[in-house]
Amino acid sequence: MHRNYRLLILLSPVILWLLCFFFLPLISVLIYSFLERGTSGGIVPNFTLENYQRLFDGLYLGILWRSVSTALVCTAICLLVGYPFAYYLACYRPKWRNVLLLLVVVPFWINFLIRTYAWILILRTEGLLNSFLALLIHGFQPLELLNTPLAVQIGLVYGYLPFMILPLYAALEQLDLSLIDAAKDLGASPRHAFWHITLPLSLPGILAGSMLVFIPTVGAFLTPDILGGGKVSFIGNVIERQFKTARDYPFGSALSFMLMGIVLAGTVLYFRALQGSESAET
Amino acid sequence: MKRLLEINIILVFLFLYIPILVVVLFSFNSGDQIAVWEGFSLGWYAKMFKNPGVWRACKNSLIIAGVATFISTIIGTAAALAIEKHRFRIRAALTRVLYLPLIIPDIVLAIALLTFYVQVKFPRGLTSVILAHVVFNIAYITIVVRARLEGYDDTIEEAALDLGANRWQTFWLITFPLIAPGIIGGALLAFTLSIDDFVITFFTAGVGSTTLSVHIYSSLKFGLTPELNAISTMLLVNSIVLILLFLWFRGRNTQTS
Repeated sequence: MHRNYRLLILLSPVILWLLCFFFLPLISVLIYSFLERGTSGGIVPNFTLENYQRLFDGLYLGILWRSVSTALVCTAICLLVGYPFAYYLACYRPKWRNVLLLLVVVPFWINFLIRTYAWILILRTEGLLNSFLALLIHGFQPLELLNTPLAVQIGLVYGYLPFMILPLYAALEQLDLSLIDAAKDLGASPRHAFWHITLPLSLPGILAGSMLVFIPTVGAFLTPDILGGGKVSFIGNVIERQFKTARDYPFGSALSFMLMGIVLAGTVLYFRALQGSESAET
Repeated sequence: MKRLLEINIILVFLFLYIPILVVVLFSFNSGDQIAVWEGFSLGWYAKMFKNPGVWRACKNSLIIAGVATFISTIIGTAAALAIEKHRFRIRAALTRVLYLPLIIPDIVLAIALLTFYVQVKFPRGLTSVILAHVVFNIAYITIVVRARLEGYDDTIEEAALDLGANRWQTFWLITFPLIAPGIIGGALLAFTLSIDDFVITFFTAGVGSTTLSVHIYSSLKFGLTPELNAISTMLLVNSIVLILLFLWFRGRNTQTS
């Protein structure tokens, strides 16, 4: 068989599939985003920029700000908790290192819906956290935790913390420990060695982990939906409403493109920063 | 310093595992409150097994995940073979495009597929969900199979061809057995992700094609009962079994190479 012919057989299914069920759908969303909304959920094929203009409405800018800022706070918390975690595993090399790493990965495999639901059991007013606090503190008034921004923030950190730990561990594990010893021999304090050697060398891991946390959290739909109870909307929730209840496909499409724009901008920034950190090293 | 780091490790694991343990624990609760312990019972499991809705959803989940995994394993393996063993003009572009479905938010992929199905008047049911799942599964399978193909020794294949085997025989007798652990590992990963998927399924499913994830979501929205804890625990055990299988195959992967 001719070599090109074999290549064609191997490649045509994947190209056809992505074309039909990925690119065509995205193109249809792009087209929808420039059309007018019809009376009963349909569309009117008239060109308009109104859907994009509506994005600058105060309400939607507020939701956009909430999505981005919550995702940034989530990334920062994951980094603050995940870095010492990965640092300990990579630099102190405890005996149970592989088991501990496996235990970080296991939650990945458990249905995200169930992991989010679990927090309802803990956070609701008659839930476990309030019962526990009531046991500790006499005359304790139950806290309203569910359906608040705090609940959504906890759920997001919970869902994406492993995404931060693994790349950090991968970066720190490759680190040449003799460099740190050398710095200490030359009189650097442990703190100085950390800030000037360990941290800069683990920058690729920090960047990769931050991207892996930021991207899914900014586009989150399920966590704000379940733990925010409709009161803490993200862009994802507004998009869902346009398609499931408001039936405004054109506006939902414009929102989707804005969300994709944020995610792609994040990806580009990541690759820029990665190149920057690599060229700084050499 | 070391002590502080150890405390951090313990706190992270408590944070990661307490919620999961809570769900499992309360699935054995006898009372009808979702999170107030009243005594041990298997009653909610009995109730779950008698619920025809759960069975139907379970059947749909298995059909969707099974068929989607089958299709995406073939397409993804072919793509991985093409990328790793051939040099062609769009190779770099294709490898990037292939992973795009994993980068863009699920909700965007979900509404794009919904819009597309509405536009071409494709009926929403099991088929529409399967076609959608294949899109993200291809990417995962390609990643796992490519990892297996890296450092793969081409000379064995060349030897087989020199000794008179045709391309087809060479593939099935040499290439396939060598990459089989990667393919099976990728398929298990795809199957698990397919069973667990909610967002894409929620938007592309029709009335009769509710999966377990969609069933759980509806119960969350319209009345919490402890039965949900039992269903969750069942799904959780299923995931753990699949991860152990995946790791076992990956272990064989590294042993043989």
